Order: sequence, then C-alpha cells, then structure tokens
Amino acid sequence: MTYDLMTYDLVVIGGGAAGVAGALSAAQRGLRVALIDSGARLGGQYFRHPAVPPHPATSGLDRFVRQTRALSERAELLLGHQVWSVSREPGGDLTVHCVTTPGDGSGERPVEVRGRRLLLATGAHDRPLPFPGWDLPGVLTAGGAQALLKGNGVVAGQRVVVAGTGPFLLPVAAGLAAAGARVLGVHEANGGLGLARHPVLALAKAGEAASYALSLARHRVPYRPRTAVLAAHGGDRLEAVTVARLDRDWNVLSTRRVACDTLATGYGFTPQTDLGVQLGCDTRRDADGSPVLAVDDRQRTGVPGVWAAGEPTGVGGWRLAELEGRLAGLAAADDAGLAAAGESAAREAGAALPEVLVRRRDRMRAFARALLEAYPVKDGWQGWLRDDTLVCRCEEVPLSRLREAQDLGATDARSIKLLARPGMGWCQGRICGYPVACLAGEEPAPPRRPVVQPITLAALAEDLSAEPPTGGPS
Amino acid sequence: MTFQITIDGRPVPVTPGQTIGAALHAAGVRSWRTTRFGGRPRGLFCGIGVCFDCLVTVNGRPPERACLLEARPGDEVTTS
Repeated sequence: MTYDLMTYDLVVIGGGAAGVAGALSAAQRGLRVALIDSGARLGGQYFRHPAVPPHPATSGLDRFVRQTRALSERAELLLGHQVWSVSREPGGDLTVHCVTTPGDGSGERPVEVRGRRLLLATGAHDRPLPFPGWDLPGVLTAGGAQALLKGNGVVAGQRVVVAGTGPFLLPVAAGLAAAGARVLGVHEANGGLGLARHPVLALAKAGEAASYALSLARHRVPYRPRTAVLAAHGGDRLEAVTVARLDRDWNVLSTRRVACDTLATGYGFTPQTDLGVQLGCDTRRDADGSPVLAVDDRQRTGVPGVWAAGEPTGVGGWRLAELEGRLAGLAAADDAGLAAAGESAAREAGAALPEVLVRRRDRMRAFARALLEAYPVKDGWQGWLRDDTLVCRCEEVPLSRLREAQDLGATDARSIKLLARPGMGWCQGRICGYPVACLAGEEPAPPRRPVVQPITLAALAEDLSAEPPTGGPS
Repeated sequence: MTFQITIDGRPVPVTPGQTIGAALHAAGVRSWRTTRFGGRPRGLFCGIGVCFDCLVTVNGRPPERACLLEARPGDEVTTS
C-alpha cells in the first residue's frame, strides 16, 4: 500500500522526543509531514507511556502529550510501522519502505511512504556487556526494565539489582523502588566518588538528577560506585548475582553473592544509525567511540535532503533530542520554502535558525559529551568472561569460539563474524556488535544492514512488485 | 478492567494495552522459548524490540517479538 496523492514534504522516522518535535515544527510551518514509528503509541523510549492512564511520573510527559495531539491534527501518523529500508528515487525523492501487521490477522503487509526530505530520529538502545549468565531469564537491560514499568505498568521484579554505568541507572533504580520493588543496590562501575559527587549532580547542578538521588535515599537504595555484577546464577531463571568491587580499570578486587530475582543492566547506549548508514550519511566517533551520524549546525547529514536529530547524532537525552528535532524541523521547513522560491544558492546556506535554540543545543551537546567521558567502558570487563560465556546471544557463540577464530587468523571484528558467526542472528549484531568489536581490539564500525528489520518474503515480494508510489492511499 | 490470554492453556491476566511479554513477565512467567543449540530458556531481555530474545508463538502464527506485540483477548501463547 502506498500513502499519498503527492509526495510528503518531510517524512520523519521515529516518534520519540526528537521526531515529534521535528514533525510538529515542520508541520506548523506548513509542510506536509508523515511520521512513522514502530510502536503502538508515540513516545519512543523516554516518553513511553501505557495505553490506559495513570501515566508514569515522567518529567516533560504532559507537554509531550500536548505536542502529539497538535501533531495528530497536522500530520499523517503511521504507528505500528517498522521501517526496513530507505531508497532514493531517480528524481531525488526518498521512499521509506515499511511493514505493518494489521490486527485482523491478515499478516504482514508492505507500506511505502515517499518524501522530498527525511528526518532520522531513530533513537538509541541499551548497550549491555556480556558476562557469565547474562542470558538467564530475569536478566534485563536497564531500558527493558524501564519499558516494562513505563509502557506496561509492570514492575520487573521483587528483589532487583541495578548494574552498569551511566546516569540512566539512577532513574531506572528510582522508578523501580518507587513502584514497590526492593532495589538491593545500584552498582556503578565508574565513579569512585559516591552519589553526592556524582558527575550528573556536579554538572547539572541539581534538578532531575537530584530528585533521583533523593528518591534512592528515601527508599534506602545503596549506591555503590566502583562495583559491578560479574555473573548471574540460576537454573532456568535468575536466582543470584556475583557483585564485585573493581579497581579504576574494572579489574576485580573482591566478590560477594547477592540473592535476587531480577537484574537490570546497561553500560550506556548504542545510537540507531543503520538507516543513515544505508543512505550513505557520513559518520563520526562520539566521545565514547560509538559511530554516530555527522550533522552540521542545521542538523543536516552529508546526504542531500536527509536530516538527523536526537541520539543517532550522539547520545544526549530527551531534552537535547527535542531541541535538535525542533531545529531540524525548522531547517527542513526553510529548505522547502527556499526550494519553492527556486533559491538554490540560499538553500545551500540555509536561513538563520533561532539563535537562542542553537546556543542551547550547543551547550547541551557539550554537557552530553562530558557525561559520556565521565562514564567510559573500561577494558577490565573482558576479564569477567569465561570460555563458555555467550558473547552473541542469537547465534549462541561463546567466547572460546571467538578466540578460536582469532587463532585461525581472524584479526578484525568482521573476519571474526564471518568465521564464528557472532552478529549473524536475529538482532543483526545490535546487542553483540559492541562487545565483539571491543574483544577484537577495535572501535565499533557503523552498522551495515541492507534490511534493518526482518520482513517476510511475501511482504518483500509484494513491496518489490508494487507500482511506483504515485497513487493513493490504495 | 482486565482480560485473559493463555500460555499452554494456563490463564494469564492482561491490563489493556500491555504487551504479551509484559503480561507474561508480570504473571511470573520468565521464559517461553528455548534456544536452537543449547536449549537455553529465553524471555524478555532488551524489552524494546532490539534483541529478539523474546520471540513468541501466538495463535499459531510465525514467531513475533513478545515485547512489541500488544495482547488481545483470547490470545493463545504456545511454548516448545
């Protein structure tokens, strides 16, 4: 099925903070906008909320919900649509290829959406590290525990351990404790300074971060810097974890065992850049080595007609994402206006964007960089693995098979993948890509995925045999 | 205001809007499939549609991600 009588002025992929702000600011400037998201509701990760109130206590959520209402009157919202590819048409337009599964049981079906411009606002996902037992049921990513709570009103467990690195551990632990879980500890592998001198508090000077700290104190949740979960234990579900004290490089100093039913773990985030990489957008290294989409002052990628905002341009949280989305929407609207007026030279330079927004974005971007530098992943974690520890969960590849591949001459992550198959399963390396690169002694490469979501052959065949998208809604 | 789904015939309560994965997890069901090679139990992990650990068979259809799939009254989840 192809939407549209005419091509959209702007197609936005991602309905979180960045995508909604971008779509709304462009639509308010008169652009015809379509926004595509895989979820059943707008919100992305941060503004995730249940179908039925009460909504979670999420800072900024009321305003976001108002934005989505305004947007639904001004733009086409395609929810429950998973984008698997974006292609460039001969005339320069972009076609976004999606699949959707209607609730009537008729199965998956392809949808194409065409636009003159594209805004990539695809967010990020957790970056877990492997350790013995990390595939036991009951071990969740920190974002997974948060999604259960925010989107479904489900508390992930009764006795919960939170472990990893980064400021995100604080809201996850605070949310679980406030919802009634007994949070046995927050194990921050970095730090060494304690919560009172936590970089978030030092850099942000209170606000949201202070409220998490207060909440943890109120629920008597211990915050333990320079500690980590080294191993998870249990038969067919999690029963206990081994917690270790670490030195500054994450080598183990001592261990103890903690009985628990749930572990929420995350070591930062992986920005979702695959659609941008597919289109040929330039990437750069973020402060933590992650490949992110390179954008200019106007949120333009290196590919004409393609903007990016939020985490794919560097992890920085919802406030920065929203700001970048707004700027991208305004820049896209300017581009459309100048294109209509036939002013190609002015279009190249772009009209001035609101100075106050630009300055605020640059300030927040610098803050985001400082945070990433405060929470690095240190090599010591590689010593936590045993020979039989799965590195790739999908293809069940243990560390020993990676080492065999290296002994056979696979010196880089790509050769290791071809020989030992980590990253060749369902998730396409989204989970194990980072640790495999680390174990190969490399920084992670930009993800190359010709098809970024699984698609049935029937839907693929239907998409390929479809008429060029000109008619429509058919 | 809840409805029911089943897992291998056993009833599981659902609050409208919950995903299959969330409803099963809330009911204390932590895994609903085993892996191809090691036969290891798997349930929710990333919770946001990225890792594919939580693949589930509902109403006999091909496997879908339980963390994304919204539960509907009477859905039948089968394991093994």
